[in-house]
Amino acid sequence: MIKGSVWKFGRDIDTDVIIAGRYCNISDPDELAKHVFEDLDPTFVGRFVQGDVIVADANFGCGSSREVAPLCLKAAGVAAVVAPSFARIFYRNAINIGLPIFEIPSVAKFFEQRQSIQIDPGTGMISNLSTGASFQAAPFPEFMQKIIGAGGLVNYASERIGGLGNEK
Amino acid sequence: MAMTMTEKILAAHAGLPQVRPGQIVNAKVDLVLANELSAIVAIEEFGKIRGAEKVFDPHKIVIVPDHFTPNKDIQSAQVAKKVREFALTQQMLYYEVGRMGIEHVLLPEQGLVRPGMLVIGGDSHTCTYGGIGAFATGVGSTDVAVAWALGEVWLKVPSTIRLEFLGKKQPWVSGKDMILYAVGRLGVDGAIYSALEFTGEAIADLSVAERLTMANMAIEAGAKNGIFVVDAKTESYVQGATDRPYTVYQSDPEAEYAQTIVFDMEDIDPQVAFPHLPSNTKPVSQAGDLAIDQVVIGSCTNGRIEDLRIAAGLLKGKKIHPRVRCIVIPGTQKIYLQALKEGLLETFVQADCVVSTPTCGPCLGGHMGVLAEGERCVSTTNRNFVGRMGHVTSEIYLASPAVASASALAGRITEPGKI
Ligand code: SF4
Repeated sequence: MIKGSVWKFGRDIDTDVIIAGRYCNISDPDELAKHVFEDLDPTFVGRFVQGDVIVADANFGCGSSREVAPLCLKAAGVAAVVAPSFARIFYRNAINIGLPIFEIPSVAKFFEQRQSIQIDPGTGMISNLSTGASFQAAPFPEFMQKIIGAGGLVNYASERIGGLGNEK
Repeated sequence: MAMTMTEKILAAHAGLPQVRPGQIVNAKVDLVLANELSAIVAIEEFGKIRGAEKVFDPHKIVIVPDHFTPNKDIQSAQVAKKVREFALTQQMLYYEVGRMGIEHVLLPEQGLVRPGMLVIGGDSHTCTYGGIGAFATGVGSTDVAVAWALGEVWLKVPSTIRLEFLGKKQPWVSGKDMILYAVGRLGVDGAIYSALEFTGEAIADLSVAERLTMANMAIEAGAKNGIFVVDAKTESYVQGATDRPYTVYQSDPEAEYAQTIVFDMEDIDPQVAFPHLPSNTKPVSQAGDLAIDQVVIGSCTNGRIEDLRIAAGLLKGKKIHPRVRCIVIPGTQKIYLQALKEGLLETFVQADCVVSTPTCGPCLGGHMGVLAEGERCVSTTNRNFVGRMGHVTSEIYLASPAVASASALAGRITEPGKI
């Protein structure tokens, strides 16, 4: 069970503001985590508490394919990101590296900054403990559940080194 | 069953007779691209895949260090070194500084991407290759690492949105203006999880370079890929680059589209995208009176020889505005040499521009033109997010090479027809 405070973001949060291009020659996730959202809010890193949750509006993670974007969020202690939609490369990167993400239509308007949120990652049930409202996230397709279940794409691939294969 | 080009390419690479939008497939890749920044993370992940020592096929893997090269600092040099050593040990295709170019300009030029191929790259603008009828999409570093090991990638088959451009281009309108206009209409998430298929009379009239420019920015509308029909222009471009074989796929007439959006070329003037989203577009004529500090002409969007010819055409025999810095970056070594032979570089230098070796450099705020507080830049690149090219208060205005050159001369955002 994930339980923490809400950090609220608007729509079209791009990967350049999640982690600026100038830091993309750093590959140590903990080093990167020091610069998360620096251009949007330089005080974010000082105030964010491990285990808190990002609730954003549509199209979270648009822009560059930099995998360091979900990586540095994970390293900064972001327990999950909840949004109505994710940009597709961010979406797959998050699944591949094991950053929990949840898609719920119009979710952003039901959460305010610093409200208390609880997420059951198993069922996708998400509650706003401050208002009592609860929401059901869209379930992941079966294939993605397998990747998540394996603990990310690297583990999944390790199990099938001959090829991922298709069911005919 | 009727399918779109995108669906046909995915079905062929998944070894399936047909695929439907929404279906998740594991597809064989024809080429896996990475730059030094995505490769450095992919190398780490590759090392964690149990049983993977050698890549699946080194001839189908290409590494292009272009973002911070020639290395801008020690940190970047360390990254580039590690990537170089890995690429050479694994015998991957590797393009070193001096032989390289900006990845998405280089790969079509070298004939490494061809129609009908399935290409993934650790860079969001991998979608550029749809300009010559390939399925190409950006992925993350873990996807790259797994594709290095297995030669496969998991993909959700996108539904296709058809964009039809009717009529003829107006003066000074280029592919860049058409894609800026389309992104403005669609919004930055208007094509999320979808393919964009570009069709219509105006598309048939475009050069291959302009199609590559348009496909490059499909991601700016959130699309998974952008794709163009393969015609005689495409085939002559591809045959000029390589004698390796390729496959032409065409959308079936009865193929199902999620949506068809029709644009009339009458409505499309030269465009500019205001800060801080590529969808924040206006006609240049409505830009107002905005003084600028810098102009960048280059990148994977507009760093081709055709772009440099347009810029040089406007700058020839003139000087740029005394308050403006203008940085011109040919996309590849081959383009640099061609521009040298044609006298374009001389035109730029005489107009007081800086001419750089190929690099992404300023496009991602790396080096070679980082912006200071409050500075304004007109750029032929593809993104104008907050802080993208430097200080968080700096502003990027995206435009075509013609608009960028006219603005460099005037010192403010200007229509090329007014110069
Ligand atoms: S030129 Fe810019 S957009 Fe293109 S690959 Fe380089 S950094 Fe990315």
